[in-house]
Amino acid sequence: MTSSRVGIISIGWYGFSPSTPEVSFREMMFESSNRAYSAVGIDPRKEVDAFVVCQEDYWEGIAITNEFAPEPLGGVLRPTVTIAGDGLQCIVTAYQLIKTGYFDIVAVEAHSKASNIATLSKIYEIALDPHYVRPLYAKNPLFLAGLEARAYMERTGAEKYHLALVAVKNKNNGLNNPRASYATPLDLEDVVESKPVIDPLTSYEIAPFVDVSITFLLAGEESARKFTDTPIWIEGVGWSTETGTGAIAWHEWGRMRFLRDAANQAYRIAGISNPARSFDFAEVEDRFSYAELVALEELKLAQEGTAHILLESGDFDIDGYLPVNPSGGSLSIGVALEATGLVRILEATLRLWSMELVEEAEGRAVVASWRGIPSFSGGVVVLSL
Amino acid sequence: MARRIYDKEHVKAPGTPLSSKEMYQLPGTIEYTPVAKYRFTTGQALSKFLEELKRGRIAGRKCNNCGRVYVPPRMYCEFCYKPTSEWIYLEGTGTVVTAVVSYIGTARERLEKPEIIGIVKLDIDNKEPQGYDFPGLFHRFCNVSEDDVKTGKIIGARVRPRWKLEEERKGDITDIECFEPIEG
Repeated sequence: MTSSRVGIISIGWYGFSPSTPEVSFREMMFESSNRAYSAVGIDPRKEVDAFVVCQEDYWEGIAITNEFAPEPLGGVLRPTVTIAGDGLQCIVTAYQLIKTGYFDIVAVEAHSKASNIATLSKIYEIALDPHYVRPLYAKNPLFLAGLEARAYMERTGAEKYHLALVAVKNKNNGLNNPRASYATPLDLEDVVESKPVIDPLTSYEIAPFVDVSITFLLAGEESARKFTDTPIWIEGVGWSTETGTGAIAWHEWGRMRFLRDAANQAYRIAGISNPARSFDFAEVEDRFSYAELVALEELKLAQEGTAHILLESGDFDIDGYLPVNPSGGSLSIGVALEATGLVRILEATLRLWSMELVEEAEGRAVVASWRGIPSFSGGVVVLSL
Repeated sequence: MARRIYDKEHVKAPGTPLSSKEMYQLPGTIEYTPVAKYRFTTGQALSKFLEELKRGRIAGRKCNNCGRVYVPPRMYCEFCYKPTSEWIYLEGTGTVVTAVVSYIGTARERLEKPEIIGIVKLDIDNKEPQGYDFPGLFHRFCNVSEDDVKTGKIIGARVRPRWKLEEERKGDITDIECFEPIEG
């Protein structure tokens, strides 16, 4: 293993729109990748050592969809691997490849063509345990989020309006983000007075879907400095999976133990002992309002049972002690299927770059992403200027 | 090693035999049919290709960097990793690269009439096909006998598209009914 640091040197993206009728998924992958390579003048046919793609057959509507990965990325007849997981896991894999010392520049891509899936809810059904959960299927996959939210509220004493405050914060934060299709000026009343979709969550608290393709370029320290003055360093990575819905009754409801595990691993690698005082901002899971609060506690950014109190006091506001999802998060940007983790890392990276430009400051951020229901999988990365 | 010799009279398995119908009624299996429907965006390249098929034309994209022509078209060259440069239109004539006779369908049912399918390397500007960089279409063949395929006679044969009647075309790869040999 090499001691070389791993840096993000370039990002390209296309889409961030509820639908993208003008491009096929392959054309979208080419657009984001071409932008990422062009920004630093890298020829993927010669200079990228490996390609890592996060996609899943049922989202794509293509079995063995890994076969479609190389071509739009410039990876034909080059080392390419597909991971059926959230994009953050692909960043972790690229990080590991570079750490071996055998790969110097690695491309990572993930995309969402959610608008092409006509039976999205049924795809979620197929993700459930076939033996005893599917036959009991509660009409839509969101029931799992409802169970988590209720258990979280019971454990911490958080009220429905606390959950609503997450939506208010994130939907408003997104108003300054050109990539946030679902941002809107929102006040607490709008949320608490709207009908629940699945109690206690209203439609404002459930992130809609978005089409996007995102391509990252990662490089070892020496190359990273050659291609850019401001690489964003990946200081720590962690990932974990709890258990599938086949053991749904064993899950600790209202918690995300896999995020706690992933965070502990990432903090250990990054050498962080006091997470609550270590970051300038956080981009964390928020595809459901409650998930942000649970994630903040699992990441040790708030003490057990206090996230909703800190939220209400404004600590997580864009000008608060620890801005959480200043990009607007998934509630403003949308859920990008397996690209969701890459959206978070993209937003964190752009924010770190903007901090560098304006303040010439040191900056450090934590990013956490969940693979969404019905998974109990997630990952954490620590990024710094 | 001693061979065990089974006397059929004495090896009847204990218990009660089940028919396959009975077997699948046991609580050992759970049947499930996935509902997975998609509407794939065809995008810049393929939507034009399909539209042109309706007009009876085969459209391709050319990469002026390496000279490759993509049919079906693509907006980028996978070899050069650059956007392709221009639209070109092909006669549709070409040469058979490989072909096969298929006797069974996807559910392994025997087909009434065997299907002959294969790859056609399409002509560009009347040049002789050579190398890897000529566009190939995967399609059906007609007016080709099973023997022509099995003997390999079909390989290298010159073929052209047989188009459906204009009013029957719907912007689909089957607007070309098949490829058939050019006589003479």
